[in-house]
Amino acid sequence: MNTTVETDIRAFQVEIPQEKNDDLRGRIEATRWPSKELVDDRSQGVQLATLKALADYWTGDYDFGRVEARLNAVPQFTTEIDGVDVHFIHVRSQHEDALPLIITHGWPGSVIELLETVGPLTDPTAHGGTAEQAFHVVLPSLPGYGFSSEPAEVGWYTGRVAQAWSELMRRLGYTRYVAQGGDQGAAVTDDMAHQAPEGLIGVHLNLLRTALGSVAGLPAESEQEKAALDAVATFRQSGFGYFLEQSTRPQTIGYALLDSPVALAAWMLDHDTDSYYKIAGAFLDGKPTGNLTRDHILDNVTLYWLTATGTSAARSYWEGGRAAALAAGKTPPAVSIPVGFTTFPGEIFRAPRSWAEKVYPTLSYFNEAERGGHFAAWEEPELFSEELRAAFKEVR
Amino acid sequence: MSSTVETTTELRPFYVEIPDEALDDLRRRIAATNWPEKETVADQSQGVPLAMIQELARYWETEYDWRKCEAALNALPQFISEVDGLDLHFIHVRSQHEDALPLIVNHGWPGSIIEQLKIIDRLANPTAHGGSAADAFHVVIPSMPGYGFSGKPTAPGWGPERMGRAWAGLMKRLGYNRYVAQGGDWGAFVVDWMGVQELEGLLAIHSSMPGTVPADVDKATLAGEPPPSDLPADERRAWEHLLTTYKQVDYARIMGSRPQTLYAIADSPVGLAAWLLDHGDGDGQPAGGLVAGLNRITSDTGELTRDEFLDNVTLYWLTNTGVSASRLYWEYKGGFFNVKGVSIPVAVSVFPGEQYQAPRRWAEQAYPNLIYFNEVEKGGHFAAWEQPELFSRELRAAFKPLRDGGGSR
Repeated sequence: MNTTVETDIRAFQVEIPQEKNDDLRGRIEATRWPSKELVDDRSQGVQLATLKALADYWTGDYDFGRVEARLNAVPQFTTEIDGVDVHFIHVRSQHEDALPLIITHGWPGSVIELLETVGPLTDPTAHGGTAEQAFHVVLPSLPGYGFSSEPAEVGWYTGRVAQAWSELMRRLGYTRYVAQGGDQGAAVTDDMAHQAPEGLIGVHLNLLRTALGSVAGLPAESEQEKAALDAVATFRQSGFGYFLEQSTRPQTIGYALLDSPVALAAWMLDHDTDSYYKIAGAFLDGKPTGNLTRDHILDNVTLYWLTATGTSAARSYWEGGRAAALAAGKTPPAVSIPVGFTTFPGEIFRAPRSWAEKVYPTLSYFNEAERGGHFAAWEEPELFSEELRAAFKEVR
Repeated sequence: MSSTVETTTELRPFYVEIPDEALDDLRRRIAATNWPEKETVADQSQGVPLAMIQELARYWETEYDWRKCEAALNALPQFISEVDGLDLHFIHVRSQHEDALPLIVNHGWPGSIIEQLKIIDRLANPTAHGGSAADAFHVVIPSMPGYGFSGKPTAPGWGPERMGRAWAGLMKRLGYNRYVAQGGDWGAFVVDWMGVQELEGLLAIHSSMPGTVPADVDKATLAGEPPPSDLPADERRAWEHLLTTYKQVDYARIMGSRPQTLYAIADSPVGLAAWLLDHGDGDGQPAGGLVAGLNRITSDTGELTRDEFLDNVTLYWLTNTGVSASRLYWEYKGGFFNVKGVSIPVAVSVFPGEQYQAPRRWAEQAYPNLIYFNEVEKGGHFAAWEQPELFSRELRAAFKPLRDGGGSR
């Protein structure tokens, strides 16, 4: 551990009582299923056969001790920041001058998404890289997610999380660091870049989140740009429902997310077309794509279940909606630090370089990866880690 | 244009018989509910408040009695008949007055035939309720496909247009060659589309949620743009209500795009109850009329009570129709409160708690053959359920011109 760490950082271990696992198993087995969808694709939502295969694997082959074992295999801590107990994983590289990096997960993700990147990032020499590419890695759980506590008050939008993260890095003694995020993590990281806390010297993103809200002002000339526009429009037309529901009525959907494991799994699986079919393939055909294996998918769902965070995680979207309404008409300060961006081909839309440049005039790195989707770090941890090495080469 | 569905099959009497095990399982699941933390606000802006749903769940588990509802249903003549390949459930109460006007009443979401139970006797037996024999209706109340005891479609296609044709087929099968139709919520869509299709025998429709919004206003509302500047006060108010309404329909967006993902409402009774409760009306979300009902134990005038609300939720649970009912939103790709193009006679009642109060001028423009228009003093989106007495009076008054003149076609 870093010697400047303050005493209010407490070591943390996951301990799941056996009754909780038994209750989960009992509930999955007692699931009452709806009738089958009327179509042959995902156009009505998560298909019955997919979810039944998931439930069968969950109660059959899945080891309920996995979440506990995987998380306890890495150093975990909690520390209270701004009234919330923040849970985080902190793995220091053996290379002392490694670059400190804070990665923020998204929804429906958690630190589980990021576990497989810890090795390649902190120990690059064991993963085809060099010592100069090493990172000290900090992986916090968003407030209301995983083992972080739930905010009991209004106001925890991504900007407040961003402030908490800079405090966390300060507490860990990191005076020069970088930040990374996709999905909600991209919003937090983008907020950090705008806030420009002392010590933050660069960011990397794998979702151009502003474009999901509005494509106004983004170039629409090239084929790539038009394809991205179409993909955004499709998402807003048919893939946006969970976003709106969580932004407006998180408590209402939340009752079922805490009461029915299968409801929770379905709600989490129905994120985007690319990841859905990859995950469905893992369960139906036993053919995972990259690291999106049955066990890894269920580790994440099981973590949400055991921590009973379906509602509080959904509420983070409500906070986002409230913050957007409050910020309407205000322009945040421009980003002045270097920004790296990687477009993964399976993402909701493939952000072209022109869009990334438009949103981030300080764009210092741009690349289109060969493989990977919305959950890039989860699906392709090695490739993702290579992107971070390349993106942050300059700022070292 | 006129079309009906071929009538080839029988009417089978139907009785509700829920096994004890299903009720035990329901109570057991409610008792085992895993609750979230309380919402972080002091109002309903994050959804159904924890205290509201917990009190409802407590009552549901420990005091509520489904068997009373079952007995009430079984006291009515119920039937199943296959129409257009699907078993459809309906209540059919003939008036003792032989020349009563046949009427089909179509419920909506998150409702069912439970919404309409209190209007049956008022409509079929008006002399017992302050009306005259000349006000009588023969009453047909079907369960929409995918809802209640009707069959669940196994292929796409059962939108409001097809439902309307099925109802026309059903009325013909019942021997009604001249009839009227009524609807609110989805029922309003169905009766509008019945009117558009000018189905054989359909004399007129009555809507409590009419589609009257002029194209320019509708477009501006959906796009979040300002309305035409010259709107009179009542139309301006209607526009403002529509803006509020469109902020309360994200449940409809998720059902319209991802109905199958709502495994929640098949597997969790409390998840289902919260989902059904969180429907908005002109007074808020959850609907003012529903919240008032949750706090009402009994009513001499037939206003909505807590037991009736739970009758409806329990019906959804016992028939496992949350998801199949949601699919109707996925089926329908048309507009909401826009003008559908109905030229047969139309009657409109405007209830003050409805999603918007249709201004008379809009109603006249939308329905060139408007035979009745009235602004009612009480009641909301679930008008028949909330104010059955007023609602029944509206139907008597609305269709009176048709009886006198025998219809306009």
